[in-house]
Amino acid sequence: MPAINQSRQNVIRLIIGISFAILIIRLLFLQLASSKYDLLAIDNAVSKKVIFPERGIVFDRRGKAILQNTQTYDLMILPTQLLGLDTLGICRILKIDMAEFKGRLISAIIKNGRYRPSIFESSLSIETFVQLQENIYRFEPGFFLQERPIRSYPYKAAAQVLGYVGEVDSTILKRTNYFYQIGDYMGLSGLERFYEPILMGQRGVRYQLKDNKNRIVGPYEQGRFDSIAIAGRNLRTYMDIDLQLLAERLLANKLGAIVAIEPKTGGILALASGPTFDPNQLTGHQRRNNFSWLLRDTARPLFNRAIKGQYPPGSTIKPIQALIALDEGVITPDFGFNCRGVYLGCRRPISCEEKFAGHAANLRLALAHSCNSYFSHIYRLALDNPRERNTVNGYLRWKRYMNSFGLGVKLGIDLPSEDRGYIPDTSFYNRTYNKSWSSCTNVFLGIGQGEMQVTPLQMANLMSIIANKGYYYTPHFVKSIDDAHVSDTILNRYKIRHSVTNIPDTIYNIVQMAMQDVVESGTARGARIEGIAIAGKTGTAENYGIIYGKREKLANHSWFVCFAPRVNPKIAVAVVVENAGFGATWAGPMASLIVEKYLKDTLSQARWTEVERIENKEIILPIVKAKRKALDSLRLKRIKKEQLKLQAFIPLSPFENKIPQGIILAFHLNALKPEHEEEFI
Amino acid sequence: MKKNSFEISKGVDWTLVLVYVILVITGIASIFASTYRDENILNGFLSLTTDYSRQSLYFLLSAILAVFILLTDSKFYTATANIFYVFGIILLILVFPFHTDVKGTKSIIRFSSFQLQPAELCKIFVNLALAKYLSSRDIALSKLKTMFIAGSLVLIPAILTIMQSETGLALVYFSFFLVMYREGLPSAFLSIAFSLAVLVVLTLLIDQNILAVGLTLLAGFVLFLFKRQISKRKSLFFVVFAIWAFSVGVQRFAVPYFFNHVLKPYQVQRIYSTVGKDFQVDTKTISEEDLKKVKEKKKAGNYNVKQSKIAIGSGGFFGKGLLKGTQTRYDFVPEQRTDFIFCTIGEGFGFMGSLLLLALYLFMIFRVIRIAERQRSSFSRCYAYGVASVLFFHVFINIGMTIGIVPVIGIPLPFMSYGGTAQITFTVLLFILIRLDADRQMILR
Repeated sequence: MPAINQSRQNVIRLIIGISFAILIIRLLFLQLASSKYDLLAIDNAVSKKVIFPERGIVFDRRGKAILQNTQTYDLMILPTQLLGLDTLGICRILKIDMAEFKGRLISAIIKNGRYRPSIFESSLSIETFVQLQENIYRFEPGFFLQERPIRSYPYKAAAQVLGYVGEVDSTILKRTNYFYQIGDYMGLSGLERFYEPILMGQRGVRYQLKDNKNRIVGPYEQGRFDSIAIAGRNLRTYMDIDLQLLAERLLANKLGAIVAIEPKTGGILALASGPTFDPNQLTGHQRRNNFSWLLRDTARPLFNRAIKGQYPPGSTIKPIQALIALDEGVITPDFGFNCRGVYLGCRRPISCEEKFAGHAANLRLALAHSCNSYFSHIYRLALDNPRERNTVNGYLRWKRYMNSFGLGVKLGIDLPSEDRGYIPDTSFYNRTYNKSWSSCTNVFLGIGQGEMQVTPLQMANLMSIIANKGYYYTPHFVKSIDDAHVSDTILNRYKIRHSVTNIPDTIYNIVQMAMQDVVESGTARGARIEGIAIAGKTGTAENYGIIYGKREKLANHSWFVCFAPRVNPKIAVAVVVENAGFGATWAGPMASLIVEKYLKDTLSQARWTEVERIENKEIILPIVKAKRKALDSLRLKRIKKEQLKLQAFIPLSPFENKIPQGIILAFHLNALKPEHEEEFI
Repeated sequence: MKKNSFEISKGVDWTLVLVYVILVITGIASIFASTYRDENILNGFLSLTTDYSRQSLYFLLSAILAVFILLTDSKFYTATANIFYVFGIILLILVFPFHTDVKGTKSIIRFSSFQLQPAELCKIFVNLALAKYLSSRDIALSKLKTMFIAGSLVLIPAILTIMQSETGLALVYFSFFLVMYREGLPSAFLSIAFSLAVLVVLTLLIDQNILAVGLTLLAGFVLFLFKRQISKRKSLFFVVFAIWAFSVGVQRFAVPYFFNHVLKPYQVQRIYSTVGKDFQVDTKTISEEDLKKVKEKKKAGNYNVKQSKIAIGSGGFFGKGLLKGTQTRYDFVPEQRTDFIFCTIGEGFGFMGSLLLLALYLFMIFRVIRIAERQRSSFSRCYAYGVASVLFFHVFINIGMTIGIVPVIGIPLPFMSYGGTAQITFTVLLFILIRLDADRQMILR
């Protein structure tokens, strides 16, 4: 027995002991030191399925749904079940070739794997859906149809107001701190965006266990962490959909905007921007394609001119200038100015439309005749108010007035990306005129020209202020939210009353009477309505544009602002039609139709003829028209090309005899396929 | 105790038996946990279609076999050791014409529904034969001849096993090196083997040239350190030089040659995967088919280890509980009833459970060593060391593989992994030891 080797048993024990210690240390790191494997395990075995609730419905003031949900169908593919299926048949129905089929199959497998269904074609057109539904038994279980809710706009109106939903992009993902996930849909503009938290409802989550092949095997932890989806809540708006439709009709073939507000509440009755589009274009399978065409349109239909269009207000600003002068106490209603058709107070003469003596003998007359001299003068009086010691302070005070009237600031309407317009700061004049400027330098601001820019919404709000004799509520669409709870603070700011002036009602009455005179006997006689006392003001705004790099004077913008009836006003309207000339020519009659429709709830036959006349009149700058035409012909060419491509498919179709020609044509029109397939979860 | 009646329980080490039973039952429970699919448990056990019921059946067979072993005479094993060895070798050779291809291995013989893997079984015979040889008179492991014979006894079955594409099982035979070490193999072998292992691992981890420079610097440092001794004895310089030349030769030429020409590319990939590296396949020397295989195996191998690590890592401190492990329950870990059975413990019972299991194995191995040292006969001692070495090798490699510190080598976890041959092999291996130990006062030759 080799006793010398006795000690070696301990060496062997040591080797074994160290080896086990290595195992234990490694286990310690693996199981205790990091939670990485925990997360990986959950990632491996638990699938989180987000359940999307139906979005809320938007109703108009009479309870008509103007934005609701409807069903569309996606064709789903289950790659493992494809064997032995008539894939060529599917290709024929979808009018794609085998290469395209393979491409989509591969991308589906990459996205979701072989064992889980993926979208093969989303938001099927009605014709394709009908064909597929009849024949789907032939393609099951590799293909099946899946229902999915999409948004629909039954009146095809108020596109820029209601907005649209779209897939979230990476910036939104980041900004919302990954509240949304890739593939989610959210409101991207309009009310859909602004009221997203209310309309979207509460997403439900279902955690499910999956096995190594990604097949669902059952609920995770008996559904302990699951939550059910809660449908989005409905919005009740002030909008009168009939009025909105009329406003959009009137703006047809024109660029411009109409805003109608209920002065007592600030509720918006109609807000139209021309040109507009059918919002249903931005749902369904042609969404991306339509969007790109809308984006390329020179007339910019996606641009909401009512809240983002910036125009010089022209004469429509005059009532406000009067109010400022009155509030400052630099004039009384009896103040008169001797105008003979030109204002010579400054170095440059300012011409006035009226020439007869005494047309500006007092405020009421001056406003009714829109006397440029009078308002230039009272603007200068306000700025050179001795109480303010110098013009700069006077201008600052005047600017503060403008801001409190809602000009040059965002009003805070319940739509995203409203613009503030522009009331220049003193720094602008200091910079431009090297600090030596007087009330003469910017005297044009007094008559709504010069650097001043306003939005149609701001003008409608000004009418509310005058109608209310000195206060306003921030214009907004939503009256109430269904099932409101205390945490809904989103509407609170629309319940705050903003008081603007300290002018007594009697003086307001004079301004109002003067504005009534404008319609009854002044510049806007064409806007008169039998039996309704409208108080309004026309405006003809000079404007410039840059065409091929050259600054050119363009045709004047046609403005009309009004409220009615004068006593106890129910509606305040602002209309602007770009490059349409005198305010009385187009904007006046349009506003008048809006007022009459709203107050009388109906229009006479003669008035409908008037609507038709306005609707058919095209007022678009020739250059814009030319560019639009070029784009249209390009689009037509594209459609024709697709048509030719499709004709090559048609003889192959097994349903050749069944499809009526009309359906084929309809399909051709929808033939521009989106580049990427969309995924809905 | 009655003197006249023969008692099988006399001298039996019940502690070892108890540990054995606990391990087997834990194994069955683990297989149950990873394969149970909400069926009727009673039916599942009775029908013998489920893995856990079959494993239970193998346990029953093993138990019967164990009782038989305890009933035999210890002298039987010394007497038949060489015959068994020859029988084992014949069995291994018979595999070549009669094997059935199962999952890429050529090591399985199938009789109707029964499968036999001689490579697994052969461990017992080799252990017996080696013990027999080392316990015979007039041998000393310091002699070259003894070394050669003992080495051949182990290497012949190992080579046969490699030829059956069961590299993992073949590597087990190298664990008998520990037995030889205990019985007097010069210590130099241990240090050389250890140094070589370190050198190979370093070759894997460090860039060739940097390692060569490092080795040269090390040699220079040693020369500098032993300046005085070397100036006295010039031959020492040549020793250092020879060691340096050998090391550089190994890392620059031997290892790359071994990897590129001896090992199969997928095996090299597995080794590289363990140290977290990619094997740069020499596309010139490798065939298209092999390249494809490397990629396939690499993917599968990485996937196995990754999933196994996720399963064990997600267990945390106390684990998720029996039948609650999501990774093992839903087949994320491949081969989880056989080679990756440890995942079930790691995920279900966490660090505590894993520690307990490791402690159990360590206790068993140390107990076997203790038993070895109390034997009067060196045959029993050698045999016991063989058992300890085989157990140690299996446990370390298997668990090390599941937690990613050892390349993926498909060998079972003793007593726990699913599989009849392995179960019976380990039971027989252990119970022969218990039988021998019961007669520890006898001197066996």
